[in-house]
Amino acid sequence: MSENLLDKVTSESGQAIALCYQCRKCSAGCPMVEEFDFPPNMVMRMVQLGMKDELLKSKAIWMCVSCETCGSRCPNEIRIAPVMDALRAQCLNEGITPADPVTVALHTSFIESIKTFGRVHEATMLMTYKWKSKNFTSDLDVGLKLFLKGKIPIMPKKSKNMAKIKEIFQEAGK
Amino acid sequence: MGKTFSYYPGCTSHSTAIEYIEASLAVIAALGIELKELPDWCCCGAASAHNLSSSLALGLSAFNVGEAHKKGSDMVIPCAGCYGNLAQADYVLRHDPKERRRLEKQLDFKYDEKIRMLSLVDLLALPELRPAIKALVRKPLQGLNVVCYYGCAIVRPAAITGVDNAENPLRIDSLMADLGAEVSDWSCKVDCCGGDLGLTDAEKTTELVNKIVDYAVAAEADCLVTSCALCQANVDIRQQRLPILYFTELMAEALQIGDRQRWWKKHFNDPSKLF
Repeated sequence: MSENLLDKVTSESGQAIALCYQCRKCSAGCPMVEEFDFPPNMVMRMVQLGMKDELLKSKAIWMCVSCETCGSRCPNEIRIAPVMDALRAQCLNEGITPADPVTVALHTSFIESIKTFGRVHEATMLMTYKWKSKNFTSDLDVGLKLFLKGKIPIMPKKSKNMAKIKEIFQEAGK
Repeated sequence: MGKTFSYYPGCTSHSTAIEYIEASLAVIAALGIELKELPDWCCCGAASAHNLSSSLALGLSAFNVGEAHKKGSDMVIPCAGCYGNLAQADYVLRHDPKERRRLEKQLDFKYDEKIRMLSLVDLLALPELRPAIKALVRKPLQGLNVVCYYGCAIVRPAAITGVDNAENPLRIDSLMADLGAEVSDWSCKVDCCGGDLGLTDAEKTTELVNKIVDYAVAAEADCLVTSCALCQANVDIRQQRLPILYFTELMAEALQIGDRQRWWKKHFNDPSKLF
């Protein structure tokens, strides 16, 4: 149990989590709910109750795709997507092994590409992702087709002010 | 219209959404609107940065909003995902004075409340453009039954996107009707395609996409129409029943402008049989 989890997540997400009264509208409309170990309404209750360990080790926080359907329908105007962001950040900051490492591998590869070029270079980003996730064979046909259609450029394009972009990463601790 | 806007291309403008950008730029030029690409821009953080650090996501998007403020014009952002991120950063800058001061200092710009971030739907569905678009139609899309698929990023959260209706948006529907298409009502306008899940979980993405396409087929649609590069990629790649076109590709077809056949070759489900 962690008494200050509610305060911490409330302040980092900017969402009034304490207002959730379990109407379950979020879970009814969630396209990913079948993949969650705890449905969104339960995630909200667990934050209120300070169930930090269970939350930070959960699959739910990584399977949320931030479509914002839940937040859009919440009668208390609580956006759950930023709540999930706050929980994900806390999971990584505390060095807890994420329940879905493949998703983390993708996002890490993506931001590494931004850190290098200022923009995403799909070819190298996808190679980094394949390497990190150790998933070398999935969707090779899709990748090849995209390449043949001229949708995966070989040469990267760079932002000009890379010094500022590095500073943004540094400030975010990434 | 004769107005000039700043323009944020986004990373997919050179890659997975190249046909969207080419079609959009052709339509915008035909309407006499000038777009000026930002002199410098970086990735908005896409659907990744916020998962790892919300301050990184805010910083990257605010960098681009800041560049637009340096140029002093409203900015058009064709990619739905980029628009969603930049609109969120703009919302923070507009409503949170402390964050605004911090970001203005870090990114060396002065926030001007008059400057707006616009999605391409925000721009092309402007009421004052409606007569101009209708007047330019050379081949009405008669007999083409479309369903408009808005997805997430230009819709939610409504307080940030300013969408007309978060459950039943109508602006792309009206545009398509103006081009002469038959627009069907259907249930999946604002459903999620899975987003980045397309890269990590093909099976689940296919399940989400199949539900969307089932409903489109039930509405007897010939194709889906979208403004989002991620929606287009996921729905086009993960099913073989219907083509999915960008709304500006259909505008270009009705206006008979641009290199349309070359754009169609970039799709997984060939749309050429529709025309």
